Amino acid sequence: METLNYRFEQGQRRLAQPPQVVGVVSSGNLEVLIEEAALNGACEIKISTAAVGFGPIWQAVMQDFQQRWQLADTRISINDMGATPAVVSLRLDQAVQTMLGEAP
Amino acid sequence: MSHAVSYLESNARERLRLLFDAGSFEEFLPPAARVISPHLGQLNAPVAFDDGVAVGRARLNGMPVYTAAQEGGFMGGAVGEVHGAKLVGLLRRAVRDQAKAVVLLVESGGVRLHEANAGLIAVSEVMRALLDTRAAGIPVIVLVGGSNGAFGGMGIVSRCANVVVMSEEGRLAMSGPEVIETANGVEEFDSRDRALVWRTTGGKHRYLMGDCQRIVKDDVAAFRQAAIDAINALTRPSAPSVPLTLEALEQEQAMLAERIARFGALPDPLDVWAAQGMAQPQRVPMLEIEPFIAAAQTVRMGA
Amino acid sequence: MNARVWNTLQQNREERLQRARNVLGSDLAGKSLPAARIADLLHAVLENGDRVCLEGNNQKQADFLGHALANLNPERVHDLHMLQSVLALPEHLDVFERGVASQLDFSFSGPQAARVARLAAAGKLNIGAIHTYLELFGRYFVDLPPRVALVAAEAADRHGNLYTGPNTEDTPVIVEATTFKNGIVIVQVNRIVDELPRVDIPADWVDFVVQSPRPYYIEPLFTRDPAQISEIQVLMAMMAIKGIYAEYGIQRLNHGIGFDTAAIELLLPTYGESLGLKGKIARHWALNPHPALIPAIEAGWVDSVYSFGSELGMEEYIRARPDIFSVGPDGTMRSNRAFCQAAGHYACDMFIGSTLQIDMQGNSSTATAGRIAGFGGASNMGADARGRRHASPAWLKAGQEARQGSNAIPRGQKLVVQMVETFREHMQPAFVDRLDAWTLMEQADMAIPPVMIYGDDVTHILTEEGIANLLLCRSAEEREQAIRGVAGYTPVGLARDRRMVENLRDRGVIRRAEDLGIDQRLATRDLLAARSMKDLVRASGGLYDPPKRFRNW
Repeated sequence: METLNYRFEQGQRRLAQPPQVVGVVSSGNLEVLIEEAALNGACEIKISTAAVGFGPIWQAVMQDFQQRWQLADTRISINDMGATPAVVSLRLDQAVQTMLGEAP
Repeated sequence: MSHAVSYLESNARERLRLLFDAGSFEEFLPPAARVISPHLGQLNAPVAFDDGVAVGRARLNGMPVYTAAQEGGFMGGAVGEVHGAKLVGLLRRAVRDQAKAVVLLVESGGVRLHEANAGLIAVSEVMRALLDTRAAGIPVIVLVGGSNGAFGGMGIVSRCANVVVMSEEGRLAMSGPEVIETANGVEEFDSRDRALVWRTTGGKHRYLMGDCQRIVKDDVAAFRQAAIDAINALTRPSAPSVPLTLEALEQEQAMLAERIARFGALPDPLDVWAAQGMAQPQRVPMLEIEPFIAAAQTVRMGA
Repeated sequence: MNARVWNTLQQNREERLQRARNVLGSDLAGKSLPAARIADLLHAVLENGDRVCLEGNNQKQADFLGHALANLNPERVHDLHMLQSVLALPEHLDVFERGVASQLDFSFSGPQAARVARLAAAGKLNIGAIHTYLELFGRYFVDLPPRVALVAAEAADRHGNLYTGPNTEDTPVIVEATTFKNGIVIVQVNRIVDELPRVDIPADWVDFVVQSPRPYYIEPLFTRDPAQISEIQVLMAMMAIKGIYAEYGIQRLNHGIGFDTAAIELLLPTYGESLGLKGKIARHWALNPHPALIPAIEAGWVDSVYSFGSELGMEEYIRARPDIFSVGPDGTMRSNRAFCQAAGHYACDMFIGSTLQIDMQGNSSTATAGRIAGFGGASNMGADARGRRHASPAWLKAGQEARQGSNAIPRGQKLVVQMVETFREHMQPAFVDRLDAWTLMEQADMAIPPVMIYGDDVTHILTEEGIANLLLCRSAEEREQAIRGVAGYTPVGLARDRRMVENLRDRGVIRRAEDLGIDQRLATRDLLAARSMKDLVRASGGLYDPPKRFRNW
């Protein structure tokens, strides 16, 4: 298992909602817990992953995610079991959309 | 809902969201509480924030019910220490709060072997807690329709409930197919013969054998309605006893003895269904649910 | 006076037939012999160094004959030159291991690829070349005529006429090439009957018939369980339908087999319907009878399906849909791999299929180190048909996009789409700087690296990140950045020139899902017209009967 932590400043969008979870910790999948948090405006993402050694890819995926949503005062926690970047991005977007009440 | 939502394809939280009255599910120990397994980290295995089971209360057609839904995707829904404790706590709280009923959405391979004794103890505590809940007069309904089925200790837990509702896609058993093949040989049971596995442990056979009392199509709305009907049926005056009674146990024993006497020597469920008097047993697996229920009416056990 | 003898092949054929008659004696009744005498027959008709064509098709296998061949005495028969579409069964390699055969020309070896590599490295198997099917068939008439053909058929009558039925596949081309060069044709049949449903191969072209103890082996290779299709594959299928099929108006096409294309087939009646595309796309197919196409057929999308082979479990469905499939006067289908490969090459406007690796020029390969697998029909289907002359809107549009701004004479172009997720299992990137094919070339001592589809034939690359339209690229550098632009988070993708990729996106060379107006939240399995094998059976009205391995009932 590997743990990765990211912190992004300069977001603007706050999500004033109860915590949400999307996804399941099954093979090739992940669960994403998204919560409001007092972080001085920052967005913190903590990843616990079974796939070891993919730091740079996680970094790039998280940066693109933050660029899409510009979240502030948000904590995202991930339990990952080997999902590809495509699935990671999908779940992250689903998590935010659920907070925004946009899920189909 | 305008179209069927597959219970099989939905995950635990989706089932909870769609089965109970809209927006009524209120979770105890939600993922944000991070009550996770104390064991898996040491084994370098991933954890789930809810340890693979969501528990809480909800309304079912206005009735206050307590509920748990196991996530089959996480470790096959297997029961570890925390997962089991959540189920036990839920069952005890249902008694304390005098819930109208408990609805368990079971999808599990049984004991989480990774957690060894803690898992074993957890499952046995769930059995005891379920029977205590029944003893307090609160009906327990189990729904089995996920791809992992209800096996091992959770198969036993399911049969401790008042009513088991299954879809034909669901499976209910104790030993898993691979275990039977390993122990008794492929001639006895070929675990790769999926048609045989479902013939033996799937909802239709269980319904015919009296191990499940209601069978529905793979649709969350159908499971919802069956749970409502089952609870209503148990609160009628002429209903069977909610607490386990000696009489009920003796009836169950008689049914089991009859099953062995009538079917024990037969090699395949197709032979069993033929012996039961099902017309065209080979067509049973392809029948849609309504015609199947109609055909089973006069011949199924435990009716 | 010319002293040359001009009928050596006829004379030699007669000698072989006479040897066979001598050794079989009264066991030979007309053309028929009992299964127990097969080894004697083969020892008698074969000569060392013979070119032997064994069926070895993609789907059906003349397994009884193949097994007998592999177990001949290598002291009596050796150094055979095998000609075979596909090496599928262990006995197809045993024949080399045991020294009965030493030379091989083939097309595909999927299940046996690792063993092919091992035997080649050990010097027991000398590969002439890997071919695409139609290419190999062509050589049967030029420089690789079979001396002996070992084929499989459903049934023979008492004269030796053959019924090959739905799974006709390669048999006609093999038998014709053999017969008309005075070779010997030996067939294994499932049964011998008084009257055949129809005659697929005339008795005049058949020398020996043996009823095998078991029906010939056949694999359901074209069945895909909808339960295994993922959300990402649904998203990619949506992009294919909206971004390519609708965009070019693709009426005539071939799908390479895979879950990606099965997802497209299952999205036509739902997503395709929502876009109003019925009747505008996907009407004529060069395709095996994919069960995943059933919902689209039932919903009225499909005018015709012509097939390379059949598919186990689809027989009754095909019989009940003679307007769609190539059903004969007798009511059963006939497939033909050679004709279907020709149709796929010249009569289709698009090929779409999956791959394992793509490099920066768009070269696509499934070759991996340690496995010599070949490519089957993909190289033919996935190639521009430069001999084509008839126009269609899709062909003209693609050709125009490719030649925009150049002063080359106008011509059309076939769409060749490679569809792949950026990462495969175990986080292996699909996009690489250097194909494993180079390593294989070195390992197996090949003249050139084995490439399935060349970059200059690939017109579009589709990943979960979007579609790269290579037709619109004006330079090798643009092409490389277009590929990097859809390579996502792979090292190749992360090394993109961001400015160039943005520019390519502005020009529409790269189009992402949102550029295509696709709402990613709709990309769920709910969109599939069938989500399980049982759904497919229901869609067929109970006519489709999936093989056991696909059923849980």
